[in-house]
Amino acid sequence: MNTLYRRRLYVNRFNLAMSLLMMGFGIVFLLWILYTLAAAGFHAFSTALFTQMTPPPGSNGGLLNAIVGSLIMAATGTLIGTPVGIFAGIYLAEYGSRGWLAPSTRFINDILLSAPSIIIGLFIYQIYVFQVGHFSAWAGSFALALIVIPVVVRTTENMLRLVPDSLREAAVALGTPQWKTIVMVILRSVRAGVITGVLLAVARISGETAPLLFTALNNQFWNIDLNAPMANLPVVIFQFAMSPYHDWQELAWAGSLLITLAVLALNVMARAFFRQSKPK
Amino acid sequence: MAATAESLSTTIGALPPRASVVRMPDPKQKRVQFQDLLFRAVARLFACAVLVILAGIIVSLVYGSLPAMQKFGLGFLFTSEWNPVTEKFGALVPIVGTLVTSFIALAIGVPVSFGIALFLTELSPLWLKRPLGTAVELLAAIPSIIYGVWGLFVLAPLFADHVQPWLISTIGAAPLIGVLFKGPPQGIGVLTAGFVLAIMVIPFIASVMRDVFEVVPPVLKESAYGIGCTTWEVVRNIVLPYTKVGVIGGIMLGLGRALGETMAVTFLIGNAHQLNASILAPGNSIASALANEFTEAVGDLYTSALIELGLILFVITFIVLALAKLLLLQLAKGEGRKT
Amino acid sequence: MNLDIFASPPETAVRPEAPPATKVSIRQLDFFYGNFLALKQINLDIAERRVTAFIGPSGCGKSTLLRTVNRMYSLYPGQRAVGEIMFNGRNILDTGVDLNLLRAKIGMVFQKPTPFPMSIYDNIAFGVRLYEKLSPRAMDERVEWALVKAAMWDEAKDKLKQSGMALSGGQQQRLCIARAVAVKPEVLLLDEPTSALDPISTAKIEELISELKADYTIAIVTHNMQQAARVSDYTAYMYLGELIEFGATDELFLKPSRKETEDYITGRFG
Repeated sequence: MNTLYRRRLYVNRFNLAMSLLMMGFGIVFLLWILYTLAAAGFHAFSTALFTQMTPPPGSNGGLLNAIVGSLIMAATGTLIGTPVGIFAGIYLAEYGSRGWLAPSTRFINDILLSAPSIIIGLFIYQIYVFQVGHFSAWAGSFALALIVIPVVVRTTENMLRLVPDSLREAAVALGTPQWKTIVMVILRSVRAGVITGVLLAVARISGETAPLLFTALNNQFWNIDLNAPMANLPVVIFQFAMSPYHDWQELAWAGSLLITLAVLALNVMARAFFRQSKPK
Repeated sequence: MAATAESLSTTIGALPPRASVVRMPDPKQKRVQFQDLLFRAVARLFACAVLVILAGIIVSLVYGSLPAMQKFGLGFLFTSEWNPVTEKFGALVPIVGTLVTSFIALAIGVPVSFGIALFLTELSPLWLKRPLGTAVELLAAIPSIIYGVWGLFVLAPLFADHVQPWLISTIGAAPLIGVLFKGPPQGIGVLTAGFVLAIMVIPFIASVMRDVFEVVPPVLKESAYGIGCTTWEVVRNIVLPYTKVGVIGGIMLGLGRALGETMAVTFLIGNAHQLNASILAPGNSIASALANEFTEAVGDLYTSALIELGLILFVITFIVLALAKLLLLQLAKGEGRKT
Repeated sequence: MNLDIFASPPETAVRPEAPPATKVSIRQLDFFYGNFLALKQINLDIAERRVTAFIGPSGCGKSTLLRTVNRMYSLYPGQRAVGEIMFNGRNILDTGVDLNLLRAKIGMVFQKPTPFPMSIYDNIAFGVRLYEKLSPRAMDERVEWALVKAAMWDEAKDKLKQSGMALSGGQQQRLCIARAVAVKPEVLLLDEPTSALDPISTAKIEELISELKADYTIAIVTHNMQQAARVSDYTAYMYLGELIEFGATDELFLKPSRKETEDYITGRFG
């Protein structure tokens, strides 16, 4: 009896120790990645990053065109994807109680949420780039919009569902038409949550590379014409990191740090905004 | 009570007359109805857009794969030759690479995720739960290209110099499974890619596991503790069976992610179209093949073969994610939550 | 400016000879939640400018009945009503009835205070703006009028631009009453309006109801029998979806004609 009990205790302690180890595993890698990123990234930081274009190998330069390109495409993609996502989310939460459209849309949306982003890029290539005959920032923005949509649909629907029926009924009881009830009362009451969802979507697309590989491609030079290939941070990092040139690799680290800072900042901002907007 | 057909709505008394008439003029009523219908139609249209996107993806991929499908047929799935010059393509190497890296990712990731979920729900002191949970979520927020760059410059050399030689000399020397660990320690290869992939899927699997662990009714656990079970025994005999559907759903979600992951794998897998029993050798995954070759592909057949690869990947991930979603839906229904 | 002194005595003055007119007439009403019959053959008249209370144990259907009068149940598929509810000469259960217009004339206040996520001023102006075009000055007057009617003006007049959600529970509920009153409905439906409030707020609102009935027809659901006795002119006692007894409040409470009513009132069950 005693040995059996002792063995159980041993097994218990062993497994709990393992779980602590696993937790440590996760934390260690997180810290390791962030540390390397900070060290190598800051090492490569300079004001030139923000003032000069991507250079050919062997000369000095910066990441200006890539940064601007990423900003433009992220903004465009968000502007296209957000209204679609919000309206679809409204449909799922407010109109979707009968019929087949809402459950199927919800199901498909969740799948698209986790679908490989390279397939999205391939899709846009097929229906847009190939038809138009050239790569462009529009294509890149469309691909990013397709990634924004499922995120915004999911968060909008979840937020709208949190609104208690009594608020809905109170607006309806005044004789408010349905669309005004939705826009001016319900959506408004969860405005902060919906904005948070959009911010998280922006954070997500800021780091996406694969969808831009065959849509926006890349551009060595300054370009803000949406109808032409446009430089962007992720693809530049891809190209520079995989190259054998040291100064390109340095720029890749700097770019990586920039993206990570942006993504983390957006995430933190989104959560802080959400928490602070909750009424006491 | 006598029922009167008409009530007296205009009255003598303290009630000032209404500014509008009792019955609304028809045009305004019709306009409101129209607005409601329009709004609903727009919302419905955009909801349909989601379905249309999915349909569009499938149709465009199939359409793009047609030349390759016609040329190679089903054999495409089982041929390992990949030669752009002679225009002979086979998907076997990328498919195997995708499956093997994902398998490695799960083999490492699932136990670690489980350990993390266990720690967060049973062991962690209260004040540590939030920061640790946030830390795990941060791992998920880091873009995959960062993992790729970090893996290439930090992890791969480490693996090449220390980990892989050790593996070769220990497990590589063993019979049977030793064949998995043969070959020069290059650092880049299927194993490294799988390892980084594991780190990337851990946050997803761990958070699903933690969420389902947390909703186990405390009474169940208390009744086990009450008869003297240790924490581990409670988890193994009560929590796990209770949450098994959610756990499997979470694992499949992680698998879906691993299958489609592009950038980290592209940096680390070596881009070699060759099958090799050793996981230390370089290989290819569908996503990395696409990323590396698509923009350089010359010729319709080459492009079409790559698109067919994309179609295969999409089908595999779709099935895995759909199964995961169905499992998680079943779990939610069991708890009486609406979906 | 109080115009009351110029008005002739309101019709709500109790004159024993003339029974009050009926505002809403319910005939043979059945109500279904899916296949479950929740209201069985209800026949009831709601008198104009009187307070009619619905009482009964939980689940007896009193809220369900109240919510048929403004067709609130139409929001939910699977809920339907069969029968007749006559209001202003129409059966409001008909399919052709414009629900928004109906609800502009039949207002509702809920158990849980539900201020809209906007300022106090906008909360009240919201309903008014749906159906009337008022100049800013006229809107200010209307908002003030509604808040006065809800006995909230003194507390709210300096806070009109603040969020409605920043008020206390009792104040929020009075805001909801002001909001409902501002659109000048003909009927006010109150669904357990004080059950979420403290005793002092409850007393204030009961006082309000007594004043409001001079101008509005009021139907109130309450699980508090004493409240029904204090506030209402007519009371309906319901049990398991059926109308057991209906009559003048004083008579029903002092001399109920059905044994079930008597049992409930004396607390012998429930």
